[in-house]
Amino acid sequence: MATPLKAKVAAPRSNDNIVQGVKYNRSSSKRNNFEMVAWLFMRLSGVALVILIFGHLFVNLMTGEGVHRIDFGFVGGKLANPFWQVWDMLLLWLAMLHGTNGIRTIIDDYAQKDKTRAFLKVILFLASAFIILVGTLVIFTFDPCPTGAAAELLPSFCPAP
Amino acid sequence: MPNTPKNGTLYRGREGMWSWVAHRISGIAIFFFLLVHVLDTAMVRVSPEAYNAVMSIYKNPIMGLGEAALVAAIVYHAFNGIRIILVDFWSGGTKNHKTLLWGVLILWAIAMAGFLFRHLPIIFGGH
Ligand code: HEM
Repeated sequence: MATPLKAKVAAPRSNDNIVQGVKYNRSSSKRNNFEMVAWLFMRLSGVALVILIFGHLFVNLMTGEGVHRIDFGFVGGKLANPFWQVWDMLLLWLAMLHGTNGIRTIIDDYAQKDKTRAFLKVILFLASAFIILVGTLVIFTFDPCPTGAAAELLPSFCPAP
Repeated sequence: MPNTPKNGTLYRGREGMWSWVAHRISGIAIFFFLLVHVLDTAMVRVSPEAYNAVMSIYKNPIMGLGEAALVAAIVYHAFNGIRIILVDFWSGGTKNHKTLLWGVLILWAIAMAGFLFRHLPIIFGGH
C-alpha cells in the first residue's frame, strides 16, 4: 500500500500518530528509541572526550620529557591520585562505549549477511566488555607501591622498604 | 556512470564525503589503538618491571612517529566530530559546512604544529 500523504501539511510532525486512518508509532511510549539514544550519546560523549583526551595527551606527552618520562613511577604517581583515577575511568568508559558503538555502525554498514553481522558484533561486544573490565580493575585495584619491588622503580612517595 | 560533481551531486566525491571517509578511518584506527593501549597500561598491575619493559617499546623514533600519526588522527577526529555536531545542532551548520571544514583543517594544522614542535625533539633527542 502506498504511504498515505497528508494533504496541505508541510512536514510530518512527531505527534502525527494517525494519518488518514493509518497508525504510525512516532513518539509513542512503546517505541524503541535505542538508535536515537545512541546517536545522542555519540555527540555528548564526543564533546566530553575532546576535553578528556586533550588533557590526557597533554599531561602524558607534552609535559616533562614527554613519552620518554613515562614509566611505572610516573603512572603510579598519577593513578594514586583520585583526580586522575576518575579522569582515566571516564576516559576509558566513554571512549570504549563511543568507539564500540561507532564500530557497530560500521559493521551494520558493510557486513551484508545476517550471520556475519551477528558474529562480528558478538566479537566486538565481548572484546569491548573485556577491555572495559580489565581497564577499570587496573585503575581501582592498582598498588603504586607493590611490596618487594626495587625502590628506584617506584613513585617517590612510596615508603622505603 | 557514477555521479561526479560535474553532473550535479552535492555529496559524492566532495568535501562532505571525504571528511566522512577520514572520520571513519580515524575512528577505527583510534579504537584499535585503544584496545592495545588499555592492555599495555594493565601491565602496571603485573609489576613495575613488566610495565617499564612494555613502555620501552614505545621509546624509539619509529614508535614516536606512530604516536604522531595517532595524535594526528585523534585531533582530526575530535575537531571534525565537533563540526558534525555543529552541522546537526546549529541552525547555520549545513549552510556553512564547508567553512566549518576549513576551520577544522586549519585548527588541526595549528594543533599538530604545536604538538610536533614538542614531540619531535623528544623522540629524536635520544633521552
Ligand atoms: C576526541 C573526541 C571525539 C569526538 C568529538 C568524536 C565525535 C564523533 C562523532 C560526532 C561521530 C559521528 C557519530 C554519528 O554519525 O552518529 C563519531 C563517530 C565515531 N567515533 Fe568518535 N569522537 C571522538 C573520539 C573517539 C574515540 C576516542 C574513538 C575510538 C575509541 C572514536 C571512534 C569513533 C568511531 C569508530 C566512529 C564511527 C564512525 C562512522 O560511523 O563512520 N571516536 N565520533
